[in-house]
Amino acid sequence: MTAFTTLRLDGVTRRFGGADALTGLDLEIRRGEFIALLGPSGCGKSTALNCLAGLLPLSDGSIWRDGTRLDTLPPERRGFGMVFQNYALFPHMSVRKNISFGLQMRGVPRAEARRRTDEAIRLVHLEEHAGKLPGQLSGGQQQRVAIARAVVVEPSLVLMDEPLSNLDAKLRLEMRTEIRRLHQNLGLTTVYVTHDQEEALSMADRLVVLRGGRVQQIGSPEEVHNRPANRHVADFLGFRNLLPGKAVSASSIKINGFGVRPSASFVGAIGVGDPVVAAIRPEDVEIGSGLEVTVDVAEYHGREIAAEVRTADGLTLHLRTSQRLAPGDKVEVTLPPSRLLVFPG
Amino acid sequence: MTTSALALRHRLAERGIDPQLFLLVPATVFVIALFVYPFCYGIAVSLQPAQGGALAAYRAFFTDAYQRDTITTTLGIALPAALVNVLAAVPIAYRMRGKFRGKRLLTTVLVVPITLGTVLTAEGLLGFLGPTGWFNRALLSLGVIDQPVTLTHNYTGVFLSLIITGFPFAFLLVLSYLSGIDPSLERAAATLGAGWAQRFFRITLPLLAPGLATTFCLTFVLAFSVFPSAILVGDPTGSTRVISIAAYEAAYVRYDYAAASAAAIVMGVVELVVISVVLGLRSLLYTGSTAGGKG
Repeated sequence: MTAFTTLRLDGVTRRFGGADALTGLDLEIRRGEFIALLGPSGCGKSTALNCLAGLLPLSDGSIWRDGTRLDTLPPERRGFGMVFQNYALFPHMSVRKNISFGLQMRGVPRAEARRRTDEAIRLVHLEEHAGKLPGQLSGGQQQRVAIARAVVVEPSLVLMDEPLSNLDAKLRLEMRTEIRRLHQNLGLTTVYVTHDQEEALSMADRLVVLRGGRVQQIGSPEEVHNRPANRHVADFLGFRNLLPGKAVSASSIKINGFGVRPSASFVGAIGVGDPVVAAIRPEDVEIGSGLEVTVDVAEYHGREIAAEVRTADGLTLHLRTSQRLAPGDKVEVTLPPSRLLVFPG
Repeated sequence: MTTSALALRHRLAERGIDPQLFLLVPATVFVIALFVYPFCYGIAVSLQPAQGGALAAYRAFFTDAYQRDTITTTLGIALPAALVNVLAAVPIAYRMRGKFRGKRLLTTVLVVPITLGTVLTAEGLLGFLGPTGWFNRALLSLGVIDQPVTLTHNYTGVFLSLIITGFPFAFLLVLSYLSGIDPSLERAAATLGAGWAQRFFRITLPLLAPGLATTFCLTFVLAFSVFPSAILVGDPTGSTRVISIAAYEAAYVRYDYAAASAAAIVMGVVELVVISVVLGLRSLLYTGSTAGGKG
């Protein structure tokens, strides 16, 4: 295990043909951290991961492990472990051989390799399946083999490329906890790529939100969740309502159809009279005396109803409520100013 | 239709008996008319020689060294040719998997010899590699050799001709087998610390091996029935007197159809033996999916 204090990405850039897939990614990863690269598909998060792993050469920038430059090394000499989206298990090798492959390649003595392989198999609860081929396992079991194979070599960094995206919803939740538990127990520094904001928020110590190959925000789950850096991050992190409006003073705005909202939180430089976008989560829209809206669509979500409603002006809003709403119902809604984030429009 | 008739149809369909079976009719007719019938006819003819018992033609074939040795001569050309074709195709196909600029052009160049046919290839070889061909003249004028090298009308000529016509088949087959192997497997092996040689020999080759066995069988069969080039660029009375020449001579020089059929049947049996050995070895290999998982 090549332990490090920090792993530094310095202006990591990757172009495909003329298109920039990733532009100037600067990031310092501390030992033991769990970092999530979050963004919609095509945002450059997988490109970043492949650049880190050494599977894609950089177009520009550099990667440093403490004082050692890494981006010039081939993947087999970086000492990272990687979990692939499709698991990439060797189909002709048993579970045990898959897991011990990395130890063999690193020339670990046979007895120690066997001990560590056994330990890894136990860690992911696959004792009864050790002799099977990957094709005989279920998706969740294959996933666990892939994780065991990556962590058994005690890599200085584990890279995970949307490892849960091929699992069903129940298994996904279970594996999420499992991965987080492994990270806590083994203290493995992890970079985790996902497009699922809930997954990123619940697992990571720090989030890197990407869009169009550029970093939008780096911060703790709380920071990113409560104070997205711009309207795109807000949109991606669950602020489904993005309402156009205008700044009327240094701390109040006018949203079309809703009148003046005082003391909303401004994010970014906004001058009086500038066009703005006010963002609010569906769960923060309150039903009570305010603007009358008509329910268009109501989805049953157990204790809550998620509804799409329309104002008289034709503005669409999303809200969540415990009230039993049905399409065609008329209710009044308000936007609590403390829950409103205002971005430059 | 009554319910019982429906139930019967359903039960038959579950066993694979349904109207789609009619789609197999043309192929079945073809195989019977063009393979099964001639094959049985050939066996029958070979068992009815003009003189001697039913097996006289076979006895004559195996007791006459001039006929018998055609088996080893043919194997001596076809086995190495098939092996070289497969082994040469692997590195080229390995380099050419994935996408790159000019791939289509390069593939076309590599595959064009299929369209030439053996006779044209033989003509070309004679003109290029013959005693007064470009190849010898170039070497002579460069002073590399004093005497022209004999590359035609011998074993080498036939061997080269089989490489030229057989390689495209081997290459196309190996390329398609290689493209079927999930590229993320090698990437996973790389992140686990495997260098290129380990990646190739521990991951790619084991997954490719069954395909190589199949490719070997096909190119072997092509090479084993070598006839035009054995005569045109070979030494048809000596080192390249292959089994098909023996059959041809029996049929159209000596008009001994029993002997000709016997030679042809022997030829088929030898091919079957080689193919069964190769496929037997293949069955010992991992032959399942070459994907890395779900997704």
